[in-house]
Amino acid sequence: MSERAPVLETKDVTIRFGGLTAVSNFNIAVPRGGIVGLIGPNGAGKTTCFNIITGFYKPTKGEVLLEGKPITGLPPHKVCEAGIARTFQNIRLFYNETVLQNVMIGGFVRQKSHWWMHPLMIPSCTREEKDLRDRAMALLESVGLDNVADETSNSLPYGAQRRLEIARALATKPKFLLLDEPAAGMNPQESQELMAFIKKIRTDFDLTILLIEHDMKVVMGVCEYIWVLDYRILIAEGNPEQIRSNPRVIEAYLGEEATQNA
Amino acid sequence: MKTKETPRYLVPSLVAVALLALFIWWANSHLDNYKIQVLNLIAINSILALSLNLIYGFTGMFSLGHAGFMAIGAYVSSLLILPQVQKDMIYIIQPLAWPFSVLQAPFFVAVLAGGLAAALLGLLIAIPVLRLGGDYLGIATLGFAEIIRVVFTNLTPVTNGALGLKGIPDYANLWWNFGWCLLTLFFMIRLVNSNFGNVLKAIRDDEVAARAMGINTFKYRVVSFSIGAFFAGIGGALMASLVTTIDPKMFGFLLTFNVLMIVVAGGLGSLTGSILGSAVITVLLEWLRFVENPVDIGSFHLEGIPGMRMVIFSLLLILIILFRREGLMGMRELSWDAILRRFSRGGETR
Repeated sequence: MSERAPVLETKDVTIRFGGLTAVSNFNIAVPRGGIVGLIGPNGAGKTTCFNIITGFYKPTKGEVLLEGKPITGLPPHKVCEAGIARTFQNIRLFYNETVLQNVMIGGFVRQKSHWWMHPLMIPSCTREEKDLRDRAMALLESVGLDNVADETSNSLPYGAQRRLEIARALATKPKFLLLDEPAAGMNPQESQELMAFIKKIRTDFDLTILLIEHDMKVVMGVCEYIWVLDYRILIAEGNPEQIRSNPRVIEAYLGEEATQNA
Repeated sequence: MKTKETPRYLVPSLVAVALLALFIWWANSHLDNYKIQVLNLIAINSILALSLNLIYGFTGMFSLGHAGFMAIGAYVSSLLILPQVQKDMIYIIQPLAWPFSVLQAPFFVAVLAGGLAAALLGLLIAIPVLRLGGDYLGIATLGFAEIIRVVFTNLTPVTNGALGLKGIPDYANLWWNFGWCLLTLFFMIRLVNSNFGNVLKAIRDDEVAARAMGINTFKYRVVSFSIGAFFAGIGGALMASLVTTIDPKMFGFLLTFNVLMIVVAGGLGSLTGSILGSAVITVLLEWLRFVENPVDIGSFHLEGIPGMRMVIFSLLLILIILFRREGLMGMRELSWDAILRRFSRGGETR
């Protein structure tokens, strides 16, 4: 892979729910600045891996390291504070809030002032709030949503909701971003735009990105390195070319369609 | 919330406060005691509704413990303002325990102490209870309020047991009540419109997403719950001084229910809705008393049925739930922007 130190590393991560092993010996190392993918058939355990990395599940065994520091078993908000942000497979916006408020909520984790400072109108707190608002507006501008900043988030079209969810995640100032099926439900045109968008935010925000995706065009088009998960274990890894020609992957996941295409 | 906009709202806000002060000054000399009492109740109910709205409407925690917090606030504050002579007189079963037997405080401090005591207790019970969600939280907080009531009934050396406290000085006049009401409203507006307020709404709307965004949801639920408890304590303290007699029976579930009704009718998640709701419901509750009086229709004479207004009220609540579930205001707020726009539009058409 790369000689650069990995941003995120998992070591032998295994999780069992009762008698069921959902993920077994999951080992990945994501290089800094990379866009990498995690693919696999439905039910292979991809989202479970995301939930382990982001602290929603505690692994039965194994370790998760962010820049060499263990974050295993930290609660989700601590993981986010450490620099990992995520989006969800089925979009989870704060639907009663405006687009701007959604992004500001993402920025809350980096806010230093306390709740009681607001009613007391402490100047430093008011200033910080204004800075946060400006930063959120700038973020919205960079994802092309600044013209709908005051709309409630549930009034946005689907593609815009996806982008808003990413903008909200970016507001937490992450080093590492996890995207759970960002292209789900998008048409080819929107997928194309999404790919360009993912590459753009990687450079603009100095990010490392791990994504789960079913849309092979997106995966092959945007990822530099791919891990394949099937039935709870990693069966292959490599760059898109290697994955495309790997017989185990073709058999387990891509199926006949991919063979024909190749 | 917005530094630039504060001055723009400052003028209409100050004008409104001045008008309110003028109205109170007028009401004090022109209205009879009954009407003044209703106005006082509106102010106190507003405080209570605002505090429950923060807990339930903005943070999404279904809490039925409001009467418990009110009881704490009422007792703590009353014990601090009861004159020494009165204390010696009413504690006939057991004498009042130290330190309450010697403590005295000015009214403002006493009310504040009542609020702080309620907040402290809110904090203590929030830590175990807020791990529950939804209906379970409602049941747990309801149980807690009942515990407070039973403890107060039996803690005779402090609370004077079932006899309650009598002769509490009636400091809580229109000025105090509306003063505290404005303070509460200001506090809530600042809080809810800040990013912290956004975070509370985020916890209400999607707790999983909120946690993924780095929000310690448990901590902020506890904070919100304790702030709500604080203002419930304030409301209880003012209520005690307004009615001058309190006993544990007063702080039963019906009191919580009244506040809940105001919040739901006004709109969950709307501060101005809570104010409107408490005005409407308080006035209606008083106005509907006529149905409990005996009436003569022609030669018919109907005896008044006590409790009849609660029947009508329950029907009203059912109608609200059926036809206007979001309450008077929904989640919207009555803002200066909207009011001023309406005024200017009215000017243009004319």
